[in-house]
Amino acid sequence: MREPAFNVLWLQSGGCGGCSMSLLCADTADFRGQLRQAGINLLWHPSLSLETGQELLEVLEDCLIGKTALHALCVEGSILRGPEGTGHFHLLAGTQIPMMTWVRRLSAVAQHVLAMGTCAAFGGITAAGSNPTDACGLQYEGDQAGGLLGSDWRSRVGLPVINVAGCPTHPGWVLETLAALAGPQPMQADQLDALARPRFYSDELVHHGCTRNEYYEYKASAEAPGDLGCMMENRGCKGTQAHADCNIRLWNGEGSCIRGGYACISCTEPGFEEPGHRFDQTPKVAGIPIGLPTDMHKAWFVALASLSKSATPKRVKLNATSSHIVVAPTIKKTRLK
Amino acid sequence: MTRLLVGPFNRVEGDLEVSLEVADGQVREARVNATMYRGFEQILQGKHPLDALVYVPRICGICSVTQSVAAARALAAACGVTPPPNGVLLTNLMLACENAADHLTHFYLFFMPDFTREVYADRAWHAQVQQRFSTVAGEHAREAVAVRQRWMHIMGTLGGKWPHTQSIVPGGSTRGISSSERYRLGARVAEMRGFLERVLYATPLEEMIALDSEEALAQWCEREPLRGDLRLFLSIAQELGLETLGRGPDLTLSYGAFAEHDGAYAMAPGVWNGHSLQAVNIEKITEDARHAWLADHGTALPPAVGLTQPNMNKPEAYTWNKAPRLDGQVLETGALARQLANGQPLIRALWQRSRGNVLTRVLARSLELAQLVLLAEHYLRTLVPGATCCVDSYLPDHADVYGLCEAARGSLGHWLSIRDGRIANYQIIAPTSWNFSPRDSLGTPGALEAALVGAPVAEGDKTPVAVQHIVRSFDPCMVCTVH
Repeated sequence: MREPAFNVLWLQSGGCGGCSMSLLCADTADFRGQLRQAGINLLWHPSLSLETGQELLEVLEDCLIGKTALHALCVEGSILRGPEGTGHFHLLAGTQIPMMTWVRRLSAVAQHVLAMGTCAAFGGITAAGSNPTDACGLQYEGDQAGGLLGSDWRSRVGLPVINVAGCPTHPGWVLETLAALAGPQPMQADQLDALARPRFYSDELVHHGCTRNEYYEYKASAEAPGDLGCMMENRGCKGTQAHADCNIRLWNGEGSCIRGGYACISCTEPGFEEPGHRFDQTPKVAGIPIGLPTDMHKAWFVALASLSKSATPKRVKLNATSSHIVVAPTIKKTRLK
Repeated sequence: MTRLLVGPFNRVEGDLEVSLEVADGQVREARVNATMYRGFEQILQGKHPLDALVYVPRICGICSVTQSVAAARALAAACGVTPPPNGVLLTNLMLACENAADHLTHFYLFFMPDFTREVYADRAWHAQVQQRFSTVAGEHAREAVAVRQRWMHIMGTLGGKWPHTQSIVPGGSTRGISSSERYRLGARVAEMRGFLERVLYATPLEEMIALDSEEALAQWCEREPLRGDLRLFLSIAQELGLETLGRGPDLTLSYGAFAEHDGAYAMAPGVWNGHSLQAVNIEKITEDARHAWLADHGTALPPAVGLTQPNMNKPEAYTWNKAPRLDGQVLETGALARQLANGQPLIRALWQRSRGNVLTRVLARSLELAQLVLLAEHYLRTLVPGATCCVDSYLPDHADVYGLCEAARGSLGHWLSIRDGRIANYQIIAPTSWNFSPRDSLGTPGALEAALVGAPVAEGDKTPVAVQHIVRSFDPCMVCTVH
């Protein structure tokens, strides 16, 4: 096997480190082997590398002077620009230099720049509330293009920052994006959506593959935490609007937020951190949820919802407000008569 | 005297800088800088109290579930609600899962790789250590990552995903468990047991937690020298004198872990002072911001009325972390503190002689890992498929409450004030806030700052390996520390 030649450098900025921890949950019996097989050479990662202190600074320096080719710079966490534009809320340890300066410098020499997670992509949780640290994403501030590098910035191969958004991001999204970049036919601009997220996962909705589909069809809704019903009407679920394949590829074996019994909070979307309402409650106007399913006309939604509510089987209705199945489906003969 | 600025420290969670004054080949003084501030306590102001369940797990990607649990406990206290037994069991299972994963990650990915360094190239064990723990190709490290991701299926099933679940709520767990899921998760636990009994201990878990004296430990080591990674570590520790490296303070803190529905703890709470176990007087906890880039109002404050407001114009400040104290004292927290409070005889005996140090911290964590897997087995067995996991809860408009939890790396507390149905104040004291505390107003150094004094520094070494062993022996989490 050829030596992996696609150099990846991973740095943590103003975030929680959860995207790195998520990465370690990749569904593989040999994590290192999977990287190798994709041609990826992990130049340095905070959790996975020996180099520390001075040794790491040498790795960074070698990238900056071109001694090491930096194929992909992965940044995890928001960029902390405060206070007053100084970046002092995060100086990279041992250097007295703001992290935002390191990211800017390294972005200039990287072939590709990737925002790993919603913080690095759009600002994310760190930018919530009063945004005390003036946090932003690499190329976005919420849904506005700009961020640290500016809307016109392009990497050395001509791509914008690739936003592998998610809070945390999914290990599969990370590895498949990197593998695509390292592969023989590198990712093109048309493989990214309008928010520069890889379309292989952002062209799906969290709704796709949702195990609560029957409850959704009949608008049989959960009311309390732990109820089995659809969480769109009352419990704040945004699965019909959130771009991600969470219910298709699943998390940590058999998981997804909805399968864990709580609402999708749309964590792959810019601004998810400040929805303007309680996360576990659906805002409504005249009893109708404000956030309707993506691409659906309101009048049709209202008509279908009222029709399906009247058609709801008793079983579905009862189970929807229970934490366990209380009525099993009737056994039907499936043969033709 | 020369000054050494060491950082960035990796294989710790988050960003860390240590400033050292070195003379005659030894550290004379150390100052610890948690270099990143995000302002969660400011972000949470004015939010709906239940929204904390979305924000606080995101303080930390490695202690995520413990942050959820501390918040859920504070909120449960505000609501006056008690989760049903099944809800408590599910939460405890998730806690055991996260803490065990963290201990495993610490040993295989964060701590042991330092012994593969060139500085140890002439040691008899070096080749063996490289083969097992090299960050690039270490066979056991690779296996540990694989077994860890399978173990985390517990989180996928019960929490939807890891990190950052919202399944843990004041009334219990939003996720029930079926008997077939219990069977599947039992298979994952068995995989972890198999790995630990084959690779880490080369001994059954039950035998590990039964080691009750230094003689028993010595006999266990001699029985099959170097078999299993823990024996390898112990022999390295003996050769390098790790028991003399990184001495911790004379007091340790545990809030108690794995409270069961009847209120009893699987791991007792308490402050251990070498003679007796004292109850933790929560009212005596304060935070001193004298040396932090935060407003300090000239006095240490209890977290219930704590304050977090950045202030860069403080000449004495050198970190974003405040200095937590219990009745004015410096305490060490973590697996070592839990094992001491819980009365593990071997750990108590070792601590009596040499306090917290690189050896005792790593050994206590390793023994606890066995206990955590046994607890996970117990919780899985005890769960009742189909039973209620969650009760609804109703928040008052006004409350002053707190929630406590034990993260892998030690005691975590959330203090919450609700006014007019909104969060008026939210203060967090994390494990590494204690361990990596800066000096307080009296100039008393924090636990790590004191532990680093006396560490050997080779001529010209800019990232001394002894300093790395000491720092990593605490399993620090810097993103929790400052939050």
